[in-house]
Amino acid sequence: MSAGINEVEEPNSKVLRLGADAPLQLESGAILAPLQIAYQTYGTLNAERSNAILICHALTGDQHVANVHPVTGKAGWWLSLVGPGKPIDTDRFFVICSNVIGGCMGSSGPASINPQTEEPHGTDFPVLTIGDMVRAQARLIDFLGIETLLAVVGGSMGGMQVLAWASMFPDRVFAAMPIASSAKHSAQNIAFHEVGRQAVMADPDWRRGRYVLEGTRPVKGLSVARMAAHITYLSEAALQRKFGRNFQDRDAPTFSFDADFQVESYLRYQGISFVERFDANSYLYLTRAMDYFDLAADNGGSLAAAFKGVKTRFCLVSFTSDWLFPTSDSRQIVHALNASGASVSFVEIESDKGHDAFLLEEPNLFATARGFLDSAARARGIKEAGR
Amino acid sequence: MIPGAFTNTEMRSDHRLVAGMVSAGSRVLDVGCGDGLLLHHLALNKNVDARGIELSREGVAACVAKGLAVIQGDADTDLADYPDDCFDFVILSQTLQATRQPRVVLEQMLRIGRNAIVSFPNFGHWRIRANLMFQGRMPVTDNLPDTWYNTPNIHFCTIRDFVALAEELNARIVRADALNAAGKPVAVQLPWWFWNLLGEQGIFWLERGK
Repeated sequence: MSAGINEVEEPNSKVLRLGADAPLQLESGAILAPLQIAYQTYGTLNAERSNAILICHALTGDQHVANVHPVTGKAGWWLSLVGPGKPIDTDRFFVICSNVIGGCMGSSGPASINPQTEEPHGTDFPVLTIGDMVRAQARLIDFLGIETLLAVVGGSMGGMQVLAWASMFPDRVFAAMPIASSAKHSAQNIAFHEVGRQAVMADPDWRRGRYVLEGTRPVKGLSVARMAAHITYLSEAALQRKFGRNFQDRDAPTFSFDADFQVESYLRYQGISFVERFDANSYLYLTRAMDYFDLAADNGGSLAAAFKGVKTRFCLVSFTSDWLFPTSDSRQIVHALNASGASVSFVEIESDKGHDAFLLEEPNLFATARGFLDSAARARGIKEAGR
Repeated sequence: MIPGAFTNTEMRSDHRLVAGMVSAGSRVLDVGCGDGLLLHHLALNKNVDARGIELSREGVAACVAKGLAVIQGDADTDLADYPDDCFDFVILSQTLQATRQPRVVLEQMLRIGRNAIVSFPNFGHWRIRANLMFQGRMPVTDNLPDTWYNTPNIHFCTIRDFVALAEELNARIVRADALNAAGKPVAVQLPWWFWNLLGEQGIFWLERGK
């Protein structure tokens, strides 16, 4: 069993446990109880409870935004953006990030133990939506005693949650920053996700999702899913720049199916290292939640209706080489927000790093985030950090 | 001093004129808002709902840092996405001549806003006429320093041309000003042809026709 699976019941982070008396009604009609939410916080909540920023993580992210990851030992996934003196300044703001439900780092998900059977849920776990994730997060924000978040920030699937937050709980979101995201998952993106899921389910060790009970793990299937997905996070230019046609530890092709090329070796490494920290069933559930996301469809077919009367101020960011969540997706949101009269800013950042750019050193992203959050904090009367 | 809360003497002359036309508390879209100086002034001093469109990422970032709602985009393509009548004033400063379709841009401005405020370099200015007449070459002046082959200004017009276009679009000219080389308004009692000769820039406040 991987180290990641050990994080499911007793995660190395704060945990909110809600019992059967506080069931979470899911969009599918199913009910989730008990509910466990694993989360991290950084910084201090001020007396007015007005300086809280919620960060929403992406598909394979987790609550460990700005601390060493308990499984991989690597630095937090958004350490470049979050910390003392950083654009999301933990000396000034109270930063919260929770593992999404359906995840595998301590929030209720398919790897959690079903109290009825005392076995892991596996595919008996109810299928979730982005809206369900947000409703679960709202429980955590209630528990923390925060009425209105200063900001909700996130990229990719995290950006979907940001949009859902602003649409579902507009009065609780002062500012929203969806990065490299979309108001709906495109056919192409659903297609890529389906390839990943089929790879997992085609692995004989998946055992119809009961691999934990049967003592196996669909390592190959999940790793192939990650390899395919990883290509979509990069760009042709980035792959070319990084690897070109360079050989891996050799000078000529071996006329075999070894990883002759650096790019093959890189992808294999990405696949294998992912399996160490991620649960295969979680991957199925979270990709499904993204596929189902369509904010316009949830609002009678009109994206503008999703944001009707919303007072939240928005700042959207896209990256030029991101073909998974292209600029046109962000522009569509901008148009809808304009049509609904919402306050919206939008920046397209020049980058050849593809969708992954939102996780990387992008000074222009940092400058935009800092400017937007500073102005939101000023508008809410939050003091500068005392440094 | 609050950042951006500058006094009138520090304001660009055309900005000062435009700011005088915009009514307090109105909804304003500044197309090509640059680093947001005018919008910020309007937001602070006239309590307007200030929105902007700006081509450069640096400009948008500067605006976002001022707390302004500005999207990266351009006048030719992005005005079409706004619903009818969502602004009271749509401002286009020194940009009309650089658009691909000035007429369409002006039409869109008057569709999404009841009022349009447009400032542009006047190609009918005597210095430009003289340049063309005596040198026989495309004019290069202090205000328009680019040569013909690298200028972003692809659709020059004169003040009279602009008046004709406004008439074609059935727009009412609420107010018109011309600025001379020193950035000072040309006296208002002068006839049109005089403005067209002495005004280095035209600033027009148009209202959508009935």
